[in-house]
Amino acid sequence: MSDVMLEVKNLKTYFNIEEGLVPAVDDVDFQLSARETLAIVGESGSGKSVTSLSILRLIKEPGKIVGGNIMYLGKDILKMKEKEIRSIRGNEISMIFQEPMTSLNPVFTVGRQISEVIMIHQKLKKQEALQKAVELIKLVGIPNPDKCVDNYPHQLSGGMKQRIMIAIALACNPKILIADEPTTALDVTIQSQILNLMKELKEKLGTAIILVTHDLGVVAQLSDNIMVMYAGKAVEYGPTLEIFKDPLHPYTEGLLNSIPKIDEELNRLKIIRGTVPSPFQLPKGCKFSTRCDYVMDICKEREPEYITLASGRKVRCWKVTGDEE
Amino acid sequence: MNNVIFKRLLKRKSSVIGGIIIIIFVLVAIIGPWLTTQDPLAQNLLNTYESPSSEHWFGTDNLGRDTFTRVVHGARITMTVSFVSVLAGTIAGMILGVISGYYGGFIDTVLMRATDILLAFPGLLLAIAVIAVLGGGIVNTMIAIAFFSTPYIARIVRGVVLSIKELEYVQASIVAGCSDFSIIINHIIPNSMSQVIVNTTLNLGVAILTSSALSFLGLGVQPPDPEWGAMLSQARVVMRSQPIAALIPGFAITLVVLSFSMLGDGLRDALDPRLKNT
Repeated sequence: MSDVMLEVKNLKTYFNIEEGLVPAVDDVDFQLSARETLAIVGESGSGKSVTSLSILRLIKEPGKIVGGNIMYLGKDILKMKEKEIRSIRGNEISMIFQEPMTSLNPVFTVGRQISEVIMIHQKLKKQEALQKAVELIKLVGIPNPDKCVDNYPHQLSGGMKQRIMIAIALACNPKILIADEPTTALDVTIQSQILNLMKELKEKLGTAIILVTHDLGVVAQLSDNIMVMYAGKAVEYGPTLEIFKDPLHPYTEGLLNSIPKIDEELNRLKIIRGTVPSPFQLPKGCKFSTRCDYVMDICKEREPEYITLASGRKVRCWKVTGDEE
Repeated sequence: MNNVIFKRLLKRKSSVIGGIIIIIFVLVAIIGPWLTTQDPLAQNLLNTYESPSSEHWFGTDNLGRDTFTRVVHGARITMTVSFVSVLAGTIAGMILGVISGYYGGFIDTVLMRATDILLAFPGLLLAIAVIAVLGGGIVNTMIAIAFFSTPYIARIVRGVVLSIKELEYVQASIVAGCSDFSIIINHIIPNSMSQVIVNTTLNLGVAILTSSALSFLGLGVQPPDPEWGAMLSQARVVMRSQPIAALIPGFAITLVVLSFSMLGDGLRDALDPRLKNT
């Protein structure tokens, strides 16, 4: 993978709330190349959504990006002026949310909402923008695009709304698409339709995708690389196939084990014991040590480094670090 | 969408009646003065306090002026005062409310404490205070009423904006690269309109009451202009001997205010999003 488009270095996003300082994202590094699909995986509260929101600088009070760089094509997004970042949002980097039901404005037709983005960034006239909206609706596979542009959001189903959201996100041919749990709110058949659509569009338009999800099935279908997050830190990174075949971090292993397998008969799914630790009472040493099956003495004392292995995979675990040494 | 709301409004008889009465009064205010044959200011001191007759339908007042003509002309003054002042108050209130709710922080604290101070006064008292500073007359009455209706609207709009700005479609437009201005114009204001419409309608009634009250106290529209409150005030001294002179303008005020209330209630129910699917 060459030509890096987005490089995130030591990103730290903290939330300063009454109970104390919450390190929602702590020292996260990753790269995204052109045409790559990167999946960010983790449990609820592991910091994956905050990571994706940080990329577009959408963190609001009491949250704050306190450190790191986000280099987009050689420029630091965190140092840009408000006007510069606005010209990137929706134009070069766009985003899909997990709630298609409420992500559209109920008082306007979907056509107007798609053309709004086009008019802002491409300075087209209203008629041309509407024409383009029709093409986009056709692109995301909604029948009768001519009729659909004049529909209001409440006239569409959840899957169709998510398609419209994708159409809005793709309206300006973005270089990067951030999809924050794009299929969570949809039922399974619609999920697969949306995933197929994203896959198709990725091939057609060459967009790089950051896929934020907790659904490993989605990951397997769509992504090239995976970054696993736990308690605000990246714990493992590598190509999807290798991670599925041979997870290095016990947390990744636990996540993979908790998926029902089609060829094994099981009465109960394997689970990862315990829950994500409260951000105010993070364990000393490795954050996963309280739930890990392989826990060693050193895990409880010192936090392992995020090391790069010879294969290019990255992992943050004493088990692997110890073996290497 | 708008069709649905209109149909829902039509289902409620009281609002339809209120709406019709308001339309009639508005028409009277616009074309009424051409329909009357007499001059509302023409005095006839030989014919004071006359009872209703074919020439003077509602009798005459203390200076022999025709009450019917004066009520019809008064509709124009009353309607103008209430519409202009409420419109000005609503626009000012919306601007303040949107700024306060959307940007929050220090500006919000300052604006909302200011409205708290204004809301602490009874509305009429505030209007009297404004008149005391600016002096009487039609324009100053409008300013006074606009001034006291502004904080109410600002409060309501701020609340609505606070809830709308957290919704996903506003977040989505931030992600899409919209500027604050275009988000406010395209997303915040259209979605807070239903609340504003309802409160504006109800405010129109309040504005008429207030302007009449001010004129009744001699602070608002000044004689000889035919304003309903002023007419009421002049007729007050002869209430026992010649009640018709006070009853007619009083009835006009009641009818219009009641109609605005009925229409406003109907609008509130018709625009209630909880009833969306019924």
